[in-house]
Amino acid sequence: MAQNIIELRDLKKTYCIGETEVNALRGVSYAIEEGDFLAIMGPSGSGKSTLMNILGCLDRPSSGEYILDGEEVSRLDKNRLAGIRNQKIGFVFQSYNLLSRTTALENVELPLLYSSVNGKDMTERALAALASVGLTDRSHHKTNQLSGGEQQRVAIARALLNDPTLILADEPTGNLDSRTSSDIMNIFKTLNEDKKITMVMVTHEPDIAAWARKRIYLLDGLIVREERD
Amino acid sequence: MLKRSLMHGTRTFRVAIRALGRNKMRSFLTALGIIIGVGAVIAMVSIGEGAKRGIEDRFASMGTNLLFVSPGSRNVRGVHSGFGSFQTLKAEDAAAIEELPAVMFVSPAVNARAQVVYSNKNWNTSIQGTGARYPEVRAWDVEFGSYFDESHVRAAAKVCVLGADVKQNLFEDEDPVGQVVRVKRIPFKVLGVMKRRGESGGFGSRDDMIAVPYTTAMRRLQGIDYIQSVDVRAVSAALMPEAQRQIEELLRVRHRIAPGAEDDFQVRNMSEIAETAAESTKIMTILLGSIASISLLVGGIGIMNIMLVSVTERIREIGIRMAVGAREKDILLQFLTEAIVLSLIGGLIGIGFGIGSSRLIKKIQMFSSMNTVVSVESVLLAFFFAAAIGIFFGFYPARKASRLDPIEALRYE
Ligand SMILES: Nc1ncnc2c1ncn2[C@@H]1O[C@H](COP(=O)(O)OP(=O)(O)OP(=O)(O)O)[C@@H](O)[C@H]1O
Ligand SMILES: [Mg+2]
Repeated sequence: MAQNIIELRDLKKTYCIGETEVNALRGVSYAIEEGDFLAIMGPSGSGKSTLMNILGCLDRPSSGEYILDGEEVSRLDKNRLAGIRNQKIGFVFQSYNLLSRTTALENVELPLLYSSVNGKDMTERALAALASVGLTDRSHHKTNQLSGGEQQRVAIARALLNDPTLILADEPTGNLDSRTSSDIMNIFKTLNEDKKITMVMVTHEPDIAAWARKRIYLLDGLIVREERD
Repeated sequence: MLKRSLMHGTRTFRVAIRALGRNKMRSFLTALGIIIGVGAVIAMVSIGEGAKRGIEDRFASMGTNLLFVSPGSRNVRGVHSGFGSFQTLKAEDAAAIEELPAVMFVSPAVNARAQVVYSNKNWNTSIQGTGARYPEVRAWDVEFGSYFDESHVRAAAKVCVLGADVKQNLFEDEDPVGQVVRVKRIPFKVLGVMKRRGESGGFGSRDDMIAVPYTTAMRRLQGIDYIQSVDVRAVSAALMPEAQRQIEELLRVRHRIAPGAEDDFQVRNMSEIAETAAESTKIMTILLGSIASISLLVGGIGIMNIMLVSVTERIREIGIRMAVGAREKDILLQFLTEAIVLSLIGGLIGIGFGIGSSRLIKKIQMFSSMNTVVSVESVLLAFFFAAAIGIFFGFYPARKASRLDPIEALRYE
């Protein structure tokens, strides 16, 4: 049996806005195995992005445990979390989140700026990552000159750069048409099957969720259903 | 470890350069504040330094064993309105001073400004009435011809010696010796020309003068029976205090000053005067420098302003960098480096600008007598000041950037 890369135990997240409290997550317990391909679904406001932010170490839960790769990370300080994001996690966002007026190559190199890789290796690895998403000939284009699908591929290349154990994608195809969406999903599938990278993605679209091997449904901050292929 | 931090340093630097390059016009305008500030500091301080150097040269060339006797009490020293309004010093006083054992030579002084005419040219200059020993007293030699002697002085002869500037302006390449120039319609025979002494910062050219016997200046030009001051060369530098004491004693007796009453003259020595002059140029330098520093400070505030705008504009970029693993420290360093690079580039251009304007000030005809000296210290000081301003004013925006929450930054529109 594969090892659990992620274990969540009674994870809660409460936002306080003035007097009112918003319970975005109300006790999520779940385990994700190494090499899983998981889709998170659920209606708007159900807490999917909140969960993704915690999984991605961008945010910390209000209570509960989050064990990532054998390490309890929910109480680590900001700097340690930044290190974990850099070394273990790749992000893909709905809105791409690339630096504009900057070349694809420089965007892809970005994570290496914050790790100890020297300059020559940096470019080499960035070019290799761009090649793996089929964008070698676009590496010196500025990101604002690229199409949405191309931009999302640049974002994936960036996520791949530090050989992450985990890729987190929050509605990666939300801004793309269906053909481009399946291109992106093909890349995810290849990464998951060939490189054994654990994939977790949020989506609203059932046909995108169908690419994953497991699906969980969130409602009002709780997991209400799980589906496995 | 060192290699790693070096690598990180150059990387942060490259990122900063790129970020600034993305907004060239704005970066330039921001740096402009520093350019002008640093340039102004260097140019202003160079004017002060030039004046100081001029004074030092001037005093150094005259030697240290020089004393000046002038009328008026010691208490009014430094109050210029009093100068020249005393009529207590006479030619006989000067003659008596010359007899003192600690004194080598004296030269009475009776100065005024007047027009000097030669054929169809004329020139306004300083007419300095001196004794025959003036060249020895002031350590200033004659270049061509000769200086006038005691017999000329005794006879109040209508003879003169030209300063190099006057010779140049009236005679150009012609030989002036033996020619006749006119001052207040009185003809003066030119006996010689003084050696050129060069510019002296801020005080007019010392070669723009003609020397005539002081007796001639008194009787024929000004119609007065007193002298304005006496230059005294002591026998040696070591005997300066002794010479000063002897002169004071002598003049008190000659002027019949009762014991305990105030002197009606003052004796100052070269180093005292040099000190006073150095003090005033120092104050001038500090004043000019601090006025210019204010513009540097304003430049720094400009940097802070632009960096704050830049942080707000780039919140999303900061979020992205944080998402891929930038720590607080990385963001802080990045924005701080941008501010420092801006101020250092501004500083470097400012140094060029400052040196350029200091040269220009020297060249412009209007300030022809103004010397400027750019000192290494002022350049280094301005440069480090610029860097410090970058750090100081860059820190707050940089810290603001580094404290952003990654999620909020990513969501920022
Ligand atoms: N920073 C915040 N401050 C306060 N409340 C928040 C914050 N972020 C999210 N919430 C609230 O938490 C709940 C869950 O939000 P979340 O963004 O996780 O939903 P979601 O499932 O991703 O929705 P969508 O499908 O629309 O993206 C919502 O009610 C939201 O208003
Ligand atoms: Mg969401």
